[in-house]
Amino acid sequence: MPIITVVNRDGTGRAVEMDTGMTLMEGLRDHGFDEVLAMCGGCCSCATCHVYVEPASTAAGEEDELLALSAHRRDNSRLSCQITLTPDHDGLRVEIPPED
Amino acid sequence: MQHDVLIVGAGHGGAQAAIALRQRGYTGGIALMGDEPELPYERPPLTKDYLSGAKPFERILIRPATFWQARGVTLLPGRRVVAVDATAHTVTTAGGEVFGYGQLVWAAGGQARRLACAGGDLAGVHTVRTRADADALRAELPATEQAVVIGGGYVGLEAAAVLRAAGKSIVLLERADRVLARVAGDALSRFYEGEHRAQGVDLRLGAQVKDIVGDGRRVTGVRLVDGALIPAQMVVAGIGITPAVEPLLAAGAEGGDGVAVDAFCATSLPDIRAIGDCALHANAYADGRRIRLESVQNANDMAITVAKALTGAAEPYHAVPWFWSNQYDLKLQTVGLSAGHDAAVLRGDPAARSFSIVYFRAGRVVALDCVNAIRDYTQGRALVEGGARCDPAAVADIRVPLKDLAAAA
Repeated sequence: MPIITVVNRDGTGRAVEMDTGMTLMEGLRDHGFDEVLAMCGGCCSCATCHVYVEPASTAAGEEDELLALSAHRRDNSRLSCQITLTPDHDGLRVEIPPED
Repeated sequence: MQHDVLIVGAGHGGAQAAIALRQRGYTGGIALMGDEPELPYERPPLTKDYLSGAKPFERILIRPATFWQARGVTLLPGRRVVAVDATAHTVTTAGGEVFGYGQLVWAAGGQARRLACAGGDLAGVHTVRTRADADALRAELPATEQAVVIGGGYVGLEAAAVLRAAGKSIVLLERADRVLARVAGDALSRFYEGEHRAQGVDLRLGAQVKDIVGDGRRVTGVRLVDGALIPAQMVVAGIGITPAVEPLLAAGAEGGDGVAVDAFCATSLPDIRAIGDCALHANAYADGRRIRLESVQNANDMAITVAKALTGAAEPYHAVPWFWSNQYDLKLQTVGLSAGHDAAVLRGDPAARSFSIVYFRAGRVVALDCVNAIRDYTQGRALVEGGARCDPAAVADIRVPLKDLAAAA
């Protein structure tokens, strides 16, 4: 299972092991990272599960459009509900952006 | 039992109030009481991915059980408040338990309205508001070939879409002359009527139900006022909610259809706030009219308003309303409130199944309904937030991005 490092808004972070097959949003929620609102529950209808990821990956289509709702978008912005975790995500670093 | 903050209602609003209080450093005791047996869960999937079976219950939990424990939030499931004593600062549950509070956050939402006609209580007649409702409906699906959905609002339409996708024969009955009459403009109604019919739903407008017919135990059909009898093994009523505010009103809180709150979600009773579906509030996006908003957005944002107020950083509620509905392969996203609009401009071609409707009131953009048109939704939000005055002809021109209009307004 991938080990993912999560950095909160205050800069504190910890590494957690997340289950594959679920989304990064669900992994963040289930590990208590409550700064991620994820209001629509992961159906790609809002942008309240926005995160920064390293290494960067590309948001496409609807996800790309929805990220425009955030004033804090960067090149490595993703909607965490649109990343389904695989073993390849081991080592991913996730940062919670400032509140919109 | 005494709690510094007692939250009544463990849906989106109640859960978010507890989360936001802890995020903001609140260290007092927090209890989250709900009338259902489950951990707090998301309601929208009950007529979408949970009803269809695409998502198991664990995946629609707002937070896992360990979260509430770790945050020091006491969960009090399976308890329905029947009385509030605002002077003594206590609530009493249906089971006779009494809980004291310092601050009460009322987030009890509402109960699904049930059919008042004869036969409305027969087995096989369902509402979809709770997990138990959705489970009961799902359990009867294998024995159901024909279902009648009563009510053409979002709940009825979403349920019809899921049941149709499951291969059921569906008759959808709407009393008004169009679906979504309460929440959307005419063009959107006509579009969704066409989509459901194209999917094979027998959608009947102006249909008045006389009674539900049964064999003495289970539903066997629905009879209309005009005498027509529609056979069905299942009936799903999506006819709105009744706000769960009776104990507050009985305790003297101002209200009626909901409990009245001010810009900080305070009721007229001391130390009692109310949020979410049941909170009757003056909404900036409805010209300051007092409304109730039944949405996840409203529940979440009001919860945050309350958490700020209770942690010494009060800020008035001023969130732009947004909403979504998924039916078949159609993704509807709404921003703003279209009720009371005096003009609507179609942007794009409904026949292409990707278009938006931009609503105006007194020359200003007040809302957008966007179907498979996420770019309009994201760019149109600024028009609603700013109450932009736009040229309707420019809005109708899909070659002009809405963000250009926002910049010009």
